[in-house]
Amino acid sequence: MLKTFKLGGVHPKENKLTADKKIIQPPMPKTVSIAVAQHIGSPATVIVKKGDQVKVGTHVANSSGFVSSNIHSSVSGTVVRIDDVMMPSGYKKTAVIIDVENDEWDESIDRTPDLITETPLDAKAIIQKILEAGIVGLGGATFPTNIKLSPPPGMKAEILLINGVECEPYLTADHRLMIEKGDEVMVGTSLLMKALNVSKAVIGIENNKPDAIKNLTQLARKYKGIEVCALQVKYPQGGEKQLINAITGKEVPSGQLPISVGAVVDNVGTAFAVYEAVMKNKPLFERVVTVTGKGLKSPSNFLVRIGTPVKDLIEAAGGLPESTGKVINGGPMMGKAITTLDVPVQKGTSGILVMPESESFRSEEKPCIRCGKCISACPMGLEPYLLMTLSAKKIWDRSETSHILDCMECGSCAYTCPSSRPLLDFIRLGKSTVSKIIRSRKQ
Amino acid sequence: MSNIFTISPSPHIKGDESVPKIMYGVVVALIPALIMSTIFLGLNSLKVSFIAVAACVAFEYLIQTYILKIKATINNGSAIITGILLAFNVPIGLPVWMIILGSLVAIGIGKLSFGGLGQNPFNPALVGRVFLLISFPVQMTTWTAPVTAIDSFTGATPLGILKEGVKSGKAISEITHQLPGYFDMFWGNISGSMGEISAIALIMGGLYLLWKRIITWHIPVAVLGTMAIFQGILWGINPEKFIDPVFHLITGGAMLGAIFMATDMVTSPMTPKGQLIFGIGIGILTICIRDFGAYPEGISFAILIMNGFTPLINARIKPKQFGGSK
Amino acid sequence: MSDTLIYTVLVISTIGIISALILYYVSQKFKVFEDPRIDIVEAILPGANCGGCGLAGCRAFAEACVNANELKNLFCTVGGNESMDSVATSLGLTAIFKAPRTAVVRCNGTCAHRPKTSQFDGASTCAIEFSLYSGESDCSFGCLGLGDCVPVCNFDAIHLNSVTGLPEITDEKCTACGACVEACPKMIIELRKQMPKFRKIYVACMNKEKGGIAKKACEVACIGCGKCEKVCEFDAIQITNNLAFIDSEKCKLCRKCVSVCPTNSILETNFPPQKIKPEAATEKYNPIEA
Repeated sequence: MLKTFKLGGVHPKENKLTADKKIIQPPMPKTVSIAVAQHIGSPATVIVKKGDQVKVGTHVANSSGFVSSNIHSSVSGTVVRIDDVMMPSGYKKTAVIIDVENDEWDESIDRTPDLITETPLDAKAIIQKILEAGIVGLGGATFPTNIKLSPPPGMKAEILLINGVECEPYLTADHRLMIEKGDEVMVGTSLLMKALNVSKAVIGIENNKPDAIKNLTQLARKYKGIEVCALQVKYPQGGEKQLINAITGKEVPSGQLPISVGAVVDNVGTAFAVYEAVMKNKPLFERVVTVTGKGLKSPSNFLVRIGTPVKDLIEAAGGLPESTGKVINGGPMMGKAITTLDVPVQKGTSGILVMPESESFRSEEKPCIRCGKCISACPMGLEPYLLMTLSAKKIWDRSETSHILDCMECGSCAYTCPSSRPLLDFIRLGKSTVSKIIRSRKQ
Repeated sequence: MSNIFTISPSPHIKGDESVPKIMYGVVVALIPALIMSTIFLGLNSLKVSFIAVAACVAFEYLIQTYILKIKATINNGSAIITGILLAFNVPIGLPVWMIILGSLVAIGIGKLSFGGLGQNPFNPALVGRVFLLISFPVQMTTWTAPVTAIDSFTGATPLGILKEGVKSGKAISEITHQLPGYFDMFWGNISGSMGEISAIALIMGGLYLLWKRIITWHIPVAVLGTMAIFQGILWGINPEKFIDPVFHLITGGAMLGAIFMATDMVTSPMTPKGQLIFGIGIGILTICIRDFGAYPEGISFAILIMNGFTPLINARIKPKQFGGSK
Repeated sequence: MSDTLIYTVLVISTIGIISALILYYVSQKFKVFEDPRIDIVEAILPGANCGGCGLAGCRAFAEACVNANELKNLFCTVGGNESMDSVATSLGLTAIFKAPRTAVVRCNGTCAHRPKTSQFDGASTCAIEFSLYSGESDCSFGCLGLGDCVPVCNFDAIHLNSVTGLPEITDEKCTACGACVEACPKMIIELRKQMPKFRKIYVACMNKEKGGIAKKACEVACIGCGKCEKVCEFDAIQITNNLAFIDSEKCKLCRKCVSVCPTNSILETNFPPQKIKPEAATEKYNPIEA
């Protein structure tokens, strides 16, 4: 009996159309727009100006505070301008726009393909390299990894969990990474273990990726302290709290971080990026992105340079199908629909999903029939029907006491509702209003 | 680029549950019982069902379109269910105009006056049935004998016979020869309404609903389990005053109530713990009314009473919270 | 039979008398003293309980007036100067008069002027759409058209026009209570000084982007060209962040700015038609006459 998390969960169709497509490089884009705010925390400060020549890996923006991240150029060429560009988030944000010329890399990056398994660096030095390389959580949350690796005083990490779950339908970036770059993922995991000073790491993989499980289980024999744990296929197994619950059985208390139960969770892509940063001196400027969708001619897993316009990726995947209704940045359960194809790929972009028109519209909303399916689907044990009503009627104090802030916005409730009610729309609104109220209370 | 994209908040995919699917699932689950009643009570069963369903659907359409002036929602199947369940709760010999009146009360008062689907606190079919029972007690307790009955079968239901016997002071052992055999009561060869006679047909329907995940086990098990345990205790104390628990489980509206009426989503609690409390309450009340009350059958009242408690149960009994804090 | 009747009457009467005595005693013992002037003031107020004064209803406002030394920060916009005068007289205080105000929706981005570049398919409230996206067009400042402002009005003064997709305010009913201003997540609705005959001149645009970008998104956007600022003789217009703003306190309704605006983003309402000068012969959109 495979492990899984205890509360809630749904089973959307997997649709992993690109599961056996090897990672390939799309053609180089002509221009890239590298956003200065691709991470949680304050936007980075730009250190280049119009006309500057940059190489692949050149530092273009500096971390601007404790919670911030460095940004590096993903191409070589000339900085055209620094301007506001429409982002996948739906808002215009500042970006460094570079016209691409050739593909010259910074000399400090080691481009050889040999696997390096040993390093003389200690924990502090490893974290420093991760900070310099601008590595953020590549699972989508984009939290600066170096901060995650430095627990607050009084808390200590006991176990490292590597998230190879990829529970969102359609996405296969992490899957291919685990098959094709298994060794690098393992070394990256050992580096993270060293940085955290833990002796045990578990890589959680959903059971719908048997080849990845097999590959990593075999490789794990060579690395001390790392084991692989196959998990039941259930959404949202990839949520960090659910992953901790499935593998260790512990529940992170409401309002606390995973470190409070001694666990640190990192995405498999982040582990790979850590390997490249520490062993190959390579900052974070490219990542695997799954470009997929039922109408696409050639759905693929691309190794994309940060800042590439989504339009280019769709062209590389065979062009935008005629009957496209929606294009999603991310997976279908938690991703955001983009307004135009001119948005750039960011560090947190794990996939681009093209949806046909027939699947792009919601069904008509009907009254709540109090079936309780939303309650049984919620992995955080909340009552979505109640939170929606409270948000719609603007009853904020009861929303707060009903734990609306525990919601992880996974979408299981709206997915399962027989009356097609926009549960998550209102809960999100409630969350942001209640957070604002709490912040103003503190002042 | 000709097409403009749709932008909407996540999630962008939807499971295949829908209200019509749930309602039609319940209709399918009721088909075995319909077949059994046609076999044992005759073709009148179909006539009563048809009239009740037609009346419920018609009233819902008319009231919504002309009085409430909103879009009619008869496609979601809930009016059909109310019609069938109402037909399953009345004697098949009931005059047609009473069935229609019951449908009007069930839909108009029991459902639409509260705001339509999802807003009613009480089970509409039971509201209709209780209204008819209180307004027309004689016609509502004149049962048709099964077609297999031989001459002197009075046409009273097993619970009716039991209640008469107990009221006239007889001990249980003196009444049992008047009652049909357990086999007959299980299969349906007895007197009663369409939903009361065949326990096996209703159990089959219940298993179908469980398989399709339209209901969960909590309410039926809680109702029937509580009835069995409570009656078992009483029977253990005094077998001459209280009949055995198996009898109570397979007679009257126990099966129909536990599997189809109490599990109505709108009027029952939403959390598993709440559902168990709800079911236990129904079980206790049913046995109390059946053993100590004036009516031979009490589950309709028990369910309506517990329906009244559902909002309180929903407000007080919270689901298990992840990382639960107090 | 008559015995039962007598007993019933006696018992019920006794219960009634005892209850009455208990109620009287309790009402006297636990009486809360309330200044009788509060009732008098409350009766003068319009009784809409709209919250426009910033207090929790008309009774709270009456209490505040009675307890205040002066009526400096207390003003009921619904009752206006008339009722504040009566309140002041009844309390022996000096009334402070404020010029009446009315609400305007500062956006003219109708479906015709502002083409849609995407369509929103979430729950139909402005708050939800704005929390995720800045709109369905290329203008991120304009009205979303989902009507969060409509149900909050206690005076039936604002409704969505289904042809233009924008909210319209009925000036006769508007009391400037401010409910719609707060409800709008983009802060497009503004309270301006009310002019005679409900005439208004205002810049129906909130777009702070550079002129070229704003105009590309919407035909009638303000491009910050400054022509209106130059032509105004009363110094009522200021351009900040590529957007013009007309101060309703200084505006004298001379209408010169309306005719020079190259994009027709300044609207005039309730005026007779102006003689169209040759250089400003572009099609004007007047919401009242449309």
